[in-house]
Amino acid sequence: MYPRPIPQTAVGLRRAYMVLVIAILVLWLAPLFAILLTSARSTSDIAAGNLWGWPTQFGLIDNYVGVFTQTPMARFFANSLLITVPAVVFVLALSTLAGFVLSKYPFRGSMLVFAIFIGGNFLPAQIMMIPVRDLMVRLGLYDTTWALIVFHTAFQTGFATLFMRNFIAALPKELFEAARAEGASPTQILIHVVLPLVRPALAALAILLFTFIWNDYFWAVVLTLSDTVKPVTAGLANLRGQYVSAWNVISAATVIVAVPPVAMFFLMQRHFIAGLTMGAVKG
Amino acid sequence: MSNVWRRHRGWITPAIFILPAIVLFGVVIVASSLQSVWISLHEWDGFGPMQWIGLGNYEELFADPQFYTSLKNNVIWLVIFMLAPPLGLGIALLVNQQIKGMRIVKSLFFVPLVLASVAVGVVFTWVYTPQFGLLALLFSAFGASAPALLSDENLVTFAVVFAALWPQIAFCMVLYLAGLNSLSEDLIGAGRVDGARGWNMLRHVVLPQLTQVSFIAIAITAIGALRSFDMISVMTQGGPFGSSSVLAYQMYEQSIFSYRFGYGAAIATILFLIMLVFIVWYLNRIMRAEDRSA
Repeated sequence: MYPRPIPQTAVGLRRAYMVLVIAILVLWLAPLFAILLTSARSTSDIAAGNLWGWPTQFGLIDNYVGVFTQTPMARFFANSLLITVPAVVFVLALSTLAGFVLSKYPFRGSMLVFAIFIGGNFLPAQIMMIPVRDLMVRLGLYDTTWALIVFHTAFQTGFATLFMRNFIAALPKELFEAARAEGASPTQILIHVVLPLVRPALAALAILLFTFIWNDYFWAVVLTLSDTVKPVTAGLANLRGQYVSAWNVISAATVIVAVPPVAMFFLMQRHFIAGLTMGAVKG
Repeated sequence: MSNVWRRHRGWITPAIFILPAIVLFGVVIVASSLQSVWISLHEWDGFGPMQWIGLGNYEELFADPQFYTSLKNNVIWLVIFMLAPPLGLGIALLVNQQIKGMRIVKSLFFVPLVLASVAVGVVFTWVYTPQFGLLALLFSAFGASAPALLSDENLVTFAVVFAALWPQIAFCMVLYLAGLNSLSEDLIGAGRVDGARGWNMLRHVVLPQLTQVSFIAIAITAIGALRSFDMISVMTQGGPFGSSSVLAYQMYEQSIFSYRFGYGAAIATILFLIMLVFIVWYLNRIMRAEDRSA
């Protein structure tokens, strides 16, 4: 272990250490506390400039109810789910198939395909913005949730294929050799050998993809226009323009945008960390 | 028929499996990126016919003072973002203890990482709000008044980068924590026997084992810095007067607001070329590691 573990017996040192860590943590999360506190303030306090003193009245429920009833936030939230969930499912399917082939049936140029999948992932979004927007207009998908579903599916397939390929490549070779010796077809190997074993990888990948797609802002503003299709990120940016000084409403809306990925993270933390650090620590 | 199928199914099925991914990624991502380079050689408003102007857009771009402001800001992002790996390592070292309650502490340190960058942008706009924000509160505790960071041409980029650094540090910390947990106990033990402690231990025993992690942290941080768009769009929209714009934002502005798609494509192409340096560097190392393990 490095740094050297603080021994169980050094009670004083342990206490001092915890105090230090918590002090730094409080500073680290101070911006979030500020937003959470503000989201609980009443409009009259905000108007009176009472932002940090004791609130004269609490607006917690009013603010959150207000965000859902007076703004299209509920619609944005539903749109985000309608975009994110199908996109994640499609990416999982495509990348499992592609990753399986790239790891078990290498062909001429398969390393090049693999490199393009990885490299494409790091491209600046702007380099594909104009043609992608044009493509969606021509397909009649512009300003529909399908524009975002199709784009995110395509883009995330690059990263996800890298992920699935590495996971499948690390599975015990004997299983595949045995299956082939028994004359199993690629489809049978996929169904009976690969799918039962890749579940943990799919779980880790699903939560990462959910976070990436839910948090996307650039493509949301490039490919959608109407409130009826916009996801929460673009919606929040809009609300900022409309409720310029109503910081309590904006704060509540921000919290609503942040909650699903944070909740996912806390529910499936181990998978999330495993997914994110995959590849970083080996070698 | 069934004979042909049986002889070829060894490769036909895999080909069918991988085709959807290749076609979708090829059309939407790869072809679109190449097409942008082609568009950058044209004058185009996005509706009418494209008109060939050769390198005209690039000539105009290299004479545009806004281009140099954006480029300079990209460099500022890149340089300041390089603080994320060492700070992430710092926090990772701080919290890498097995004490009751540390698990939840670590998770709380991760939180900025999963927030949408739009949310981070709004949070920091609120922190920076003159008179009312958290920063103003901090300054007033010392009897001073906080500068209006987001409307000051000289400070605005630093204010936005600082906000963007927050989730980036969390990302590097996650990588380093994983790295610290896979250190070789033998080497650490040997270092301790040789009397290595603290900084010496870190410098000569720990960091050499973390080169792969550091490489990934630095490469992804650099690419992230150059890709910055969301925070600028949410916090400043490139303002005041374009002083906080970067190439990614300038491209968006020229295309979506001014309908100058050819010019926008030229800016995107330049940004792409700059990022290509980092992408190739990254790919090169990843693929070589791949060859070694294969």
